[in-house]
Amino acid sequence: MSTVMSHDEHHGPAKGLSRWLFTTNHKDIGTLYLWFAFIMFMVGGAMAMVIRAELFQPGMQLVDPLFFNQMTTMHGLIMVFGAVMPAFVGLANWLVPMMIGAPDMALPRMNNWSFWILPFAGLMLISTMFMEGGGPAFGWTFYAPLSTTFAADSTDFFIFSVHLLGISSIMGAINIIATILNMRAPGMTLMKMPLFVWTWLITAFLLIAVMPVLAGAVTMMLTDRNFGTSFFDAAGGGDPVLFQHIFWFFGHPEVYIMILPAFGVVSHIIPTFARKKLFGYSSMVYAVAAIAFLSFIVWAHHMFTVGMPVAAELYYMYATVMIAVPTAVKVFNWTATMWKGSMTFETPMLWAIGFVFCFTIGGFTGLMLGVAPVDFQYHDTYFVVAHFHYVLLTGAVFAIIAAVYFWLPKWTGNMYDETLGKWHFWLSMISANVLFFPMHFSGLAGMPRRIPDYAVQFADFNMWSSIGGFVFGASQLIFLWVVIKSIRGGEKATDKVWEGAEGLEWTIPSPAPYHTFETPPEVK
Amino acid sequence: MAGKTIRRMGRLLLGLALLGGAGNALADYTLNMTQGVTEVSRDIYDMHMLVLWICIVVGIGVFGVIIYSLIKHRKSKGAQAASFHENTTIEVIWTAIPLIVLVAIAVPATKTLLAIEDTTNSDLSIKVTGLQWKWKYDYLDEGISFISALDAKSNEARARNSGIDPSSVENYLLNVDKPIVIPIKKKVRFLLTSQDVIHAWWVPDLAVKRDAIPGYINESWTRVEEPGVYRGQCAELCGKDHGFMPIVVKAVTQPEYDQWVANQKMAMAEAEASSAKTLSLGELMSKGEGLYNQYCASCHMANGAGIPGVFPGLVNSKIVTGPVADHLDIVIHGSKTNPAMAAFGLQLNDIDLAAIITYERNAWGNDTGDAVQASDVKAAR
Ligand SMILES: [Cu+2]
Repeated sequence: MSTVMSHDEHHGPAKGLSRWLFTTNHKDIGTLYLWFAFIMFMVGGAMAMVIRAELFQPGMQLVDPLFFNQMTTMHGLIMVFGAVMPAFVGLANWLVPMMIGAPDMALPRMNNWSFWILPFAGLMLISTMFMEGGGPAFGWTFYAPLSTTFAADSTDFFIFSVHLLGISSIMGAINIIATILNMRAPGMTLMKMPLFVWTWLITAFLLIAVMPVLAGAVTMMLTDRNFGTSFFDAAGGGDPVLFQHIFWFFGHPEVYIMILPAFGVVSHIIPTFARKKLFGYSSMVYAVAAIAFLSFIVWAHHMFTVGMPVAAELYYMYATVMIAVPTAVKVFNWTATMWKGSMTFETPMLWAIGFVFCFTIGGFTGLMLGVAPVDFQYHDTYFVVAHFHYVLLTGAVFAIIAAVYFWLPKWTGNMYDETLGKWHFWLSMISANVLFFPMHFSGLAGMPRRIPDYAVQFADFNMWSSIGGFVFGASQLIFLWVVIKSIRGGEKATDKVWEGAEGLEWTIPSPAPYHTFETPPEVK
Repeated sequence: MAGKTIRRMGRLLLGLALLGGAGNALADYTLNMTQGVTEVSRDIYDMHMLVLWICIVVGIGVFGVIIYSLIKHRKSKGAQAASFHENTTIEVIWTAIPLIVLVAIAVPATKTLLAIEDTTNSDLSIKVTGLQWKWKYDYLDEGISFISALDAKSNEARARNSGIDPSSVENYLLNVDKPIVIPIKKKVRFLLTSQDVIHAWWVPDLAVKRDAIPGYINESWTRVEEPGVYRGQCAELCGKDHGFMPIVVKAVTQPEYDQWVANQKMAMAEAEASSAKTLSLGELMSKGEGLYNQYCASCHMANGAGIPGVFPGLVNSKIVTGPVADHLDIVIHGSKTNPAMAAFGLQLNDIDLAAIITYERNAWGNDTGDAVQASDVKAAR
């Protein structure tokens, strides 16, 4: 340990702004990613507050319909590409090298670049809202021709920004794959890798497979808009439905890109606080691989109403409901891990259990949506909005928050404030359910999504949702405060931090030194 | 307005207080999917309930086990961690059970889906065209054609800070100026397409939701059993006023339907005859104002100012105050450069177009003094 410390004194981080601009250190870059994601989470969240405020009661009070559409669109884009994805890349940067006993990421300079593209892409995306005609107002799914021939001029900036975000993601994914495949400590075979590493390895392959498809889709949009092509324009011999096929070929794996690393995080936290090994390590790995494979062959279940041949509808229904099998295996595994454990309920564990409950609800509605004939009633209603917020907010985002609480003592060297952390959890858990559970009902009652105003019979549900939304939004400020407090000081964390913690990252000092594992550890 | 809000919040609190206790406090909520008024809608509802109950049973099982261990297997109660893990038998069982459940779902789902997609042997066909932001209906067998848009009262109330309480408007946002009428107990086939962006025609009680896509003709069908008025909305984001293009289907008995068809044909003949007349500037202006607000104001705005960068303004615009021929051309045939400006010649008759164009040329201080007649429109078509 002392050798690590003395080494650290020679090669400490640079001082000031240049430390962050030129850094190639995986911990610094992880920190940058996480802060960027948090800022975007707040920006996207503020937009959600505008949406909930307008929907607080029937009638148009605060914004115009076009601006409302910009809010729903930007909220989705920012949360997906600005918050959730960068947050997981940030976690991967911090954790993957420490978990596999590597000194850093395999490609540190590219790592720097893939982060620093993000703020510019994000700023460009947000700047479209201040251009004449406003920003993207066609939903985060940007279906043609609404996003091509019928969209504002700023759409070309949106396209450029999606290209940049895609380049950043692909570089991040290449880096993670190269690190995991080449830099594992001696003795760490693939089937000994921690689950977070496994889920990220598979996620990175998904990213490399589908981000270029998204880039292709927006490039075709660009040429349709500016260079006289007609990929998606029926009047020119093109096909608007083609856009949806391409988009969802990207879009469906994309939702697993946002949830697989969450599975990994939860598979670390639950065994730690149950003080019991994960019930089925290898079946968890196989389940993640199965989900990843299925994600490529189910995309058109987002398109049951476009008028596909009935044979195609049947195929997509069967393939889609199959995903329930590996997903159920995962939930059963977490349950069996808690069974006959010796559980304590520190904040990370609370978030992880909250994740298991809420993600399972989202999984159930996912199964319901996959049943094609019934989807004709659910499709494009608030039922869908409820579904994907259960898996993305109370799923992916809860897992990210759980991860931050879990590893924060390792990052800062200080324990976070347990009382505030619990307040943060309970307020978020209750308000998120007040926010999203009524959406099941408004959807079933017939409320379409993406509407700025609604018939009066949906009023009560919407008021519930809005109240839940405001409380949820405000609760996240507690999170910010807890993190800042832990960075500034607090009870010193031990190296192991948690009684039941297992894995290489818990063998190094807290806070983790600037450079770790310069000599690889031996894994038995 | 404020009083209404407070009352609604009061009701929420009451609901919260009584939640779990007296169920009738929630009686006026629609909590579940509609059973609808067709065989298909009931099949879908049954399917929905089947999957819902499966999820509830599995949920109670899984959450029950988790909650039990959260209570019993905690360290503070002195629980010692067991060391079991990896058990092939259990893992095979809990992989197999979901598989069997899925097959149990897939069989009835397949049957229902095949019924939904069987559009053969229909009794009549209605072409449904999505337009930003209204629906056009063509009765292919009868030659009846009309446009159906949000009714005037909702349209007035939905303006920002209109001061009109939405709950004072009957069927707020779910009412149209002219509903489509179909006969009950007949298989009605819908042919769906769009003239601009993708829309989706959705009436929950009929369990019909199908995208209207430019360049495509999609098919769907319904056979309504009970006379009644069934309301729905566009379900695919189609731009600014996506939330304001409702659908109203009036299902009536066959004799009533026949009567309606006859009335429509007569009205169309009358409209044809009136387009030969010449109207005064004043008559055209007053007719044009109403039509403009109905068809044009959602983009060009009621004051003609448009939305900068999105929809051009008409006040003092080159086309509106320039030669009449250019103005006629863009309204009848649409814009060659901006697809958002649709070809209204396909949607409106000569006299209505003449009134709208006259109104645009003389409102908001444009004051060209031109009175465009139906005959001018006819000649320019
Ligand atoms: Cu529409």
